Order: sequence, then C-alpha cells, then structure tokens
Amino acid sequence: MRILVANGTVVCPVQNINEKKDVIIENDIISSIEKPGSVPSAGFDRVIDASSMVVAPGLVDMHTHLREPGHEGAETIATGTRSAASGGFTSIAAMPNTNPVNDNPYVTSFIKTKAKEEGVIKVYPIGAITVNIDGKELAEIGEMHNAGIIAVSDDGNCVMDSYVMRKAMDYCKQFGLPVIDHCEDMNLKGQGVMNDGYYSMKLGLRGIPAVSEDIMVARDVALCHHTGCRTHIAHVSSKGSVRFIRDAKQDGIPVTAEVTPHHLFLTEEAVAGYNPSTKVNPPLRTDEDIEALIQGLKKGIIDVIATDHAPHSIEKKDIEFQLAKSGMIGFETALPLCLELVRKKHVKMPELIKLMSANPAKILGIQGGSLEKGTCADIVIFDQDREWTYTEDAIVSKSKNSPFIGKTLKGKVLYTVCSGRIVYEA
Amino acid sequence: MKKFQQKHLLGTENLSKEELLDIIETAKKFKDLINKGHDRIATLEGKIVVLMFFEPSTRTRSSFEIAAKRLGASTIDFSSIKSSATKGETLIDTAKNLEAMQPDVFVIRHSNSGTPYLLSKIQNIPIINAGDGFHEHPSQALLDLMTILEHKPHIEKQKVLIVGDIAHSRVARSNIYSLKTMGADVAVCGPATMLPPEINKLGVKVYTELDKALPNYDVVMMLRIQAERGSINNQFPSLREYSRFWGLKDKSKPLMKPDVLIMHPGPMNRGVEISQSVADSERSVILPQVTNGVAIRMSLLHKVCNGKSIEEVI
Repeated sequence: MRILVANGTVVCPVQNINEKKDVIIENDIISSIEKPGSVPSAGFDRVIDASSMVVAPGLVDMHTHLREPGHEGAETIATGTRSAASGGFTSIAAMPNTNPVNDNPYVTSFIKTKAKEEGVIKVYPIGAITVNIDGKELAEIGEMHNAGIIAVSDDGNCVMDSYVMRKAMDYCKQFGLPVIDHCEDMNLKGQGVMNDGYYSMKLGLRGIPAVSEDIMVARDVALCHHTGCRTHIAHVSSKGSVRFIRDAKQDGIPVTAEVTPHHLFLTEEAVAGYNPSTKVNPPLRTDEDIEALIQGLKKGIIDVIATDHAPHSIEKKDIEFQLAKSGMIGFETALPLCLELVRKKHVKMPELIKLMSANPAKILGIQGGSLEKGTCADIVIFDQDREWTYTEDAIVSKSKNSPFIGKTLKGKVLYTVCSGRIVYEA
Repeated sequence: MKKFQQKHLLGTENLSKEELLDIIETAKKFKDLINKGHDRIATLEGKIVVLMFFEPSTRTRSSFEIAAKRLGASTIDFSSIKSSATKGETLIDTAKNLEAMQPDVFVIRHSNSGTPYLLSKIQNIPIINAGDGFHEHPSQALLDLMTILEHKPHIEKQKVLIVGDIAHSRVARSNIYSLKTMGADVAVCGPATMLPPEINKLGVKVYTELDKALPNYDVVMMLRIQAERGSINNQFPSLREYSRFWGLKDKSKPLMKPDVLIMHPGPMNRGVEISQSVADSERSVILPQVTNGVAIRMSLLHKVCNGKSIEEVI
C-alpha cells in the first residue's frame, strides 16, 4: 500500500520541520518527505489532500485505561484503541489496574495478544509495581519486562510505603524501566472527593488538599535522586508539584512529568452542580495551579501531555458525586483542547506535538514521535481550525463520562495512520 | 414583595430577602393559628409527603411529620433502614420509583452533599432539602432566622456568631447565606482545624478565640460537635479541651451582652459545646427554635405543594 499525503503542513519536531511537504508512505514505513507538488500522484493507492491540514507524528498517550481484562462494560481494547485512533493517537500505554491486575507476565501477554488481534493502534502495557497494586510486595517486574511492559506503576494507588518505593526503583533501574507514580498521600487525602478549597467548602464536599500531591512528589523526587531510577510523575495538578519537579530537574535528577488536558482546562469551579463527570483524581484545581502547569509546559518542567483516559460505565458514574468513580474519558478531546495552548501562544505547534508524541515515546523507550524517513508510518492529520460539537452520540469510547459533552471544540482529527494503515478517517 | 415560588427548596444560598421573609411570614401565620388553638390547618388535605431520611434524624423528621399532619397531609416515612437502599437499589432508582407513585413532595435528608440537587434534576416531584451532608440545611436556617427576628426585628443591625465545627456544618452554611442576605453581620468561631480557610470568602469574620468574640455579638449560635460524622478524628484533642476553649459555660456568661440570644440547632451535647446553665438560661431560645421549626416546615410544605389558602380552611 502506497499513500501520498499531499501538501500538508508537516510538523516534525525531531527533524525541525514545520512547513508544507508531501509525505510518502510505503507499506508501514515513511519512505520520504518531499517538496510539495514534486511527487506525481499517479501510482498511489491513496492520495490524501492535506492542503489545509497539519501532518504530524501520531500522538502517543502514556497514561490510559483500557479496562480490559475485567471491566469490559466500560471499555475494551477494541473500543479504547478506536477511541484513541479517532483522537489522533497511534501508541498508547495501558495502566495495570485491570481485573486481574497486570502484575504478572500472563496478564501482560493477554493484553499484548488482545491488542494485536482486536486493537487498531499500538498498545504498550504498563506493569504493576506491587502485587495487586496494594503497595506491599513487588510484582514480578522482570518477568513482565520480558513479556513486554514498558514501565511500571500502581496507577491510582500511590505507593505509600517509602521502603517499597525505594526497592521498586532500585529494582526497575536494572531493567531501564521508568517508575510512574500517582502522587498522593492517602492519609492527607482522607475521604476527599474534590480539590480542598473554596468550592469544596461551598459544596460541602470533603477536600483533597494540593499538599497531598506535593508531599509525594517531593518524596518521589528524593527517592529518584537516591536511586537514580528514572521516575515519572503522573498527572501533575498542583503548583507545588511543579516547583518540586522544577528544582529536581535543575539538579539533574532524572524525573519527568505529565499533565492532563482536563487539569489544564478545567478548574474546581466545574464541580459546582455536583456533575460526577468532573470527579477526577487528582482533582480539578485552581486558576493558580493551571498557570503553574502552563508555565511548567513552557519551561520544559512538564514533559508530556497525557490523557488519563478513564472510562467508567454509567452505573459507576451517574450517581451521587461522593460515590461516583473518579476519572473522565480523554482521547477524543485531548488534541482540540490542547490546540488552545497554541492558539493562546503558550507553546508553538511543534512543541505541542512534541509534548504529545516524541516526549512520551522517549520516556517509555518506544517508537513514535517522528516522521523521519524510514520510521514507522504513525501519523495524525488534523485541521487545527475546524470547529465541531462533541456530542454523546459521536463518542467512540464505550463510556460517555466527559464534562466536555455539548461543548464546541476547535481542531479536528481527520485521519490517523498507524503503521501505514488508515485506522481512522473522519 | 417577591414571594417564594420556587419549585424546590434546595438551600438558602439562592433565596432573596423577600423570599426568606415570605416563608417566615407564612410560618408566623401558622404559629399564631396554632397558638389560638387551631391544631389542624388543612391546606394540604389529600396531599402526600414522602419523608426520605437516609441519615438518622429524630427531630427534623418529627418536625416535618408534625408540620405535614397539622396541614392535613399524609406522610410516608421512607427511611433507608426499611427500604431498598439496603438492597442495593440506587438512589436515583428509588426516587424514580417513588415519583411513579405520584406523591406531592419529597423531604430529603442525606449524608451526601448535593443529593437533593441531583434528585431535582432527574425527577419532577418538588423537593425540600432537610439537610445534605455538609452542604445546606435550609429549614434550620429559616427557623433560626424566624427565632432571631422574634427577638431582634432589626436584623441588619445584629451581629451573629456561629461557633463550632464550621467545616462539617450544613447549619452553618445555610445560616451564613440567609443571615448575610438579611444584612446581618456574621462571624464564625471554632478550632482552626474546623474552619475552612476559604470561609471568609462568604463574607464572614473568623475567630479562633471564643472569649474574644463573645462580647461583640448579639446572637451566639452553638453548633453540635458531631462525633458521628467523624468530627473528632484529630480535629481537637479531647472533648474536655474543646469545651474549655469553644464551649459556652457559666464563665462565658459575664462576657456576653446582657440581651444576647443563645441558640443551638440540637441535639445538644450538654457539657461539651454548651453547659447546662447556659442552655437553660433565660437568654436561651433553644426550645422556641424547635417550636418555630414546625411552623417553618408547615410554611415550606404549604408553599412547595401549592396548598389551599389558609383562610379557606380554618
């Protein structure tokens, strides 16, 4: 199969390209990038006129929940990868909080096999740090590494025991695996369900203070320094966390960090009205935190934008706020939301693409994030100006838990190409 | 005057001064009629009031039940222990099932903040919030306001101090909203662990020293220390210490204005937040609060259910 993506604005931060080009795909490889119009369209199986579009490396999402095995009512590898493809993603990393938990090589293999058979994009399993993600005993990290995990994390469960976390880092370092932590002091969190602040006070909801995150970021940075193991801070949401990560990076500590689109574009105010779709962990915080997160992106303190796509069935979500599960879906809204960062001139387009492709790929040590000749043809093609309304009916994910339903979004993915195959077409 | 004509009563936050006064005006009418010997003022004859109390409550439930019965309505006591809540049915299903039986009003008490709001969105029967989590308890704030007005009609000149666990108190929030709307000067006092840092954004003064605050206030409203909602959980070291720092005791009496009003939403922990002699002193209006509670709840049920005119039924 030969595809010509003609006359698009090609954005490849790795090669420092940000101009009109033709991209030629042969089978699963990018065979060349040429001056626009220099390639005759004859002889191609498919010609995509990308004149008004951006052509970029397929997006990489290093924090997702595909819910399979165990919670297929909310999402499956088949539906999750299709949802991701429609959002422009070609590689995603799946968190281990499935049922059973991905804490052994058999579950890892199951996910890989299932992804190959039923998925439309690349799925990279993340293994658990501890058995059953309960923070006590190390999972079979080496065995899972052999089976194909690319990182470890206990996902929503912060590893509270610092001894266990230290040993996990020492152990992972020998395999070159990054440790991803959900930083949250569970004692400080208590029974909190939203950010601790003005709105929690008004709504009478128990608060999760930002310091519960800050304190664990500080600990992880200290452990990262001590062990030298690459450490990645998941979904940074607070100003304090940004400060600790900034200081760590200045000292050359090998820590990296991600932020989600919802923490960049929603504040705690969204919870007023008790809409369970706004319940996420870490919680939506304040304008001041958002300002720090954006500064973090601009200054390279935060390396990655990741969705934390967290589908939940309606039975788990459309109930009292306190009882609802935390999390929102994110694949399909991520790029349009984040294009706002470019429109507001916080970052330039190549930087945004890097935050959403090359950087996470590098942290995980996987392919992706580049349109260099000879690399795997993972490509997203989008119209950065097209406006569309995000409706419940149009959601590709099996779950509908998004506070962005009904909103008009700007920027639309039109094609997603994974390994040279068109896996999504608007 | 703008009357209270909202479909639901979810809180005091969105009630105007006129609406607050309208509810109290009607409550006064009921109270006067009862005092004149009318024990039944059947404006809600034939109506059905569903009492959905998903949290233990004796006085608020009894108060609503007496109010409903005095208005001639029938009540269904739907408390969670006897109901499907223990059988795994969701709250939304429970409410929709009850809605299908076509009652006239739901009176809801729930430990989860926001529950009455949620139910107001998914079904059509009017809702009266009888207390949701730490969020609001509007009928309490209204009966408190009615009681204050009986003694201090110029509320805009009054200074009200609310003392105790402000963080976990729906009574405090509802009172802050209604009293601020009425123009009163409101302050809160309690241990720093029980004062949300952002509470001042509601326009209240904040004290941690009770003795310093007491001399300035015309109304002192003591809140119950609610051990059952995990209030103690290291919020303060002991009941003894709490009582010494934030309790109203005999020693507090000379600090307060001679015409101070002492209030408590009940049930009281005598000897913890309030001493025997203060609770039973001539400055205490704790029992009149309870009496006014029935009148306020009659007014709310009457208004939300569009009762017949009072003149017509007496």
